[in-house]
Amino acid sequence: MEYIDLHAVQERMTKRLFLNKLIKYVFLGAALFGLIVLAILLYRVYIDSIGWINFDFLNNKLSTSADRAGIKGAIVGTIWLMIIVGPVTMILGIGTAIYLEEYAKKGRLHSFIQTNISNLAGVPSIVFGLLGLTVFVRLFGFGSSIIAGGLTMSLLVLPIVVVAAQEAIRSVPGFLREASYGMGATKWQTVKNVVLPAAIPGILTGVILALSRAIGETAPLVVIGIPALLIPLPSGLFDNFTALPMQIYYWTIDSVLVDEYANLAAATIVVLLVVLFVLNSVAILIRNKFQKRY
Amino acid sequence: MLKTVSVKELIQQKKQSTSSTAVLEKVVPILLFAAAFISVLTTIGILFTLIYETILFFREVSILEFFSGTVLRPLSPVDPQFSILPLIMGTLLTTIIAMFVAIPIGLTTAVYLSEYATKNTRKILKPMIEVLAGIPTIVYGFFALTFVTPVLRDIIPGLEATNVLSPGIVMGIMIIPLVASLSEDAMNSVPNAMREGAMALGATQLEVTFRVVIPAAISGIIASFVLGISRAIGETMIVTIASGSSKNFTFDVTQSMQTMTAYIVEVTSGDAATGTTIYYSLYAVAMTLFVFTLSMNMLARHISRRFREVY
Repeated sequence: MEYIDLHAVQERMTKRLFLNKLIKYVFLGAALFGLIVLAILLYRVYIDSIGWINFDFLNNKLSTSADRAGIKGAIVGTIWLMIIVGPVTMILGIGTAIYLEEYAKKGRLHSFIQTNISNLAGVPSIVFGLLGLTVFVRLFGFGSSIIAGGLTMSLLVLPIVVVAAQEAIRSVPGFLREASYGMGATKWQTVKNVVLPAAIPGILTGVILALSRAIGETAPLVVIGIPALLIPLPSGLFDNFTALPMQIYYWTIDSVLVDEYANLAAATIVVLLVVLFVLNSVAILIRNKFQKRY
Repeated sequence: MLKTVSVKELIQQKKQSTSSTAVLEKVVPILLFAAAFISVLTTIGILFTLIYETILFFREVSILEFFSGTVLRPLSPVDPQFSILPLIMGTLLTTIIAMFVAIPIGLTTAVYLSEYATKNTRKILKPMIEVLAGIPTIVYGFFALTFVTPVLRDIIPGLEATNVLSPGIVMGIMIIPLVASLSEDAMNSVPNAMREGAMALGATQLEVTFRVVIPAAISGIIASFVLGISRAIGETMIVTIASGSSKNFTFDVTQSMQTMTAYIVEVTSGDAATGTTIYYSLYAVAMTLFVFTLSMNMLARHISRRFREVY
């Protein structure tokens, strides 16, 4: 006497296995979707920018005529911006991380600052722009200068550095600290001579990622009124400046009026993406080269 | 010959160096605390500017009009009207479209990476998908306006040159890596014993995924969706470039509409004079945006903490 219908079981099994296989490829397709879009995006930008990127484009200043327009001002402005963002986020970010990991007692204040930082990480960048506009541009009277843009951007990317530095410091094993204390070192000596050197690769990776975020971020700059007009090259912290993303923004919205502006925007995007690619590669290199396991 | 050292001098030296170290030991924590406090100051600064100017705004425009009217006409010289609903509508529609793209693709990508892909495929595929997250939003905006919109206009005849559909889709693509990577983390933390248990009972990989892994990781997955929504609400450059500046109150995604973020950009680049109602409306809109994104972020954290299953 048969209790199970082998044929029915077989049929059901085949169906289930087939569905499993089918779905696997559907999911693979979905996973590849993002990559396909990325490929199209890069290809489009590349096609649009062919013939527009050359030495003149990099070295010319802005011009109303599309043939002679260049992005030297934007490149110089972006470098100036990094001169502020780099040191400011490093000092504030690493300082915060050391305080939270090494000094703060794990109590209310600690968790308050910690929560505060993770909340800040989720605040839209345009709100930081408004903060910069209200505080740095208007209240402090910096105007749409390098220092106002740099400080705004620094606050925006600060959480990235803090979180990375905290993780790097946390991964320094306790026995290194204990050995240092055992040799008679004080707390700050231990932090400075033992913990920080061991954590530096992780911290640097975080700083570079923060910088690359700051280079590509546009919304805060638009809000604090960074121009993309014909302005002289900046020569000091209180000068007006423009930056690569601002240049892309203006050329993109004006491409409706002048067709060639779309090419200029695409060419600037290529420059920006190359810079970001180089920065991210450096970050990955540092992480791989100096990653220590204890 | 031996060099003679005075013990007294040595003690003196030691004392001096100790005193400078002692000062350093006291000063450094204060400096570090000051650095940490900057982040608190930033939050206070944001809250203070937003709340202060928002209060000034509501002195001139009633809260009722702001939240219940459907007309936003800030520049009209005769009868300017301030209602945030058209902006909320624009934000809502772009966000919904974005999530229609990001949730299914992000989730299936996560399932593929965590359940199906071999170790090597995963090693290559994951960083490549994360590249999407590193592309500046201004580049996505350019892509939406110069590529996606023209393609969509070929398919949908009535589509305006600036519309809600195209930036919504591109925003969704931007959010895929966020959803994928957070959901994958959640699924990865489901212990293998649970998968093996189900497989030992004869379940296929697909059944294991949908009946065991996803239910077990559901809190992390939902948290990733909520974070994605928050990101979509706060995104600025894509919508500023590709969705236009018409303050429409409609459900029609083929039309040009403005989001909260795009309104902020428009007003700040238009040099609104300090003290005018338009200037204050900027902060009222920003406050609304801030409240939306903050509550989304806190909700996400709450979900992933409250409902985390412990194995």
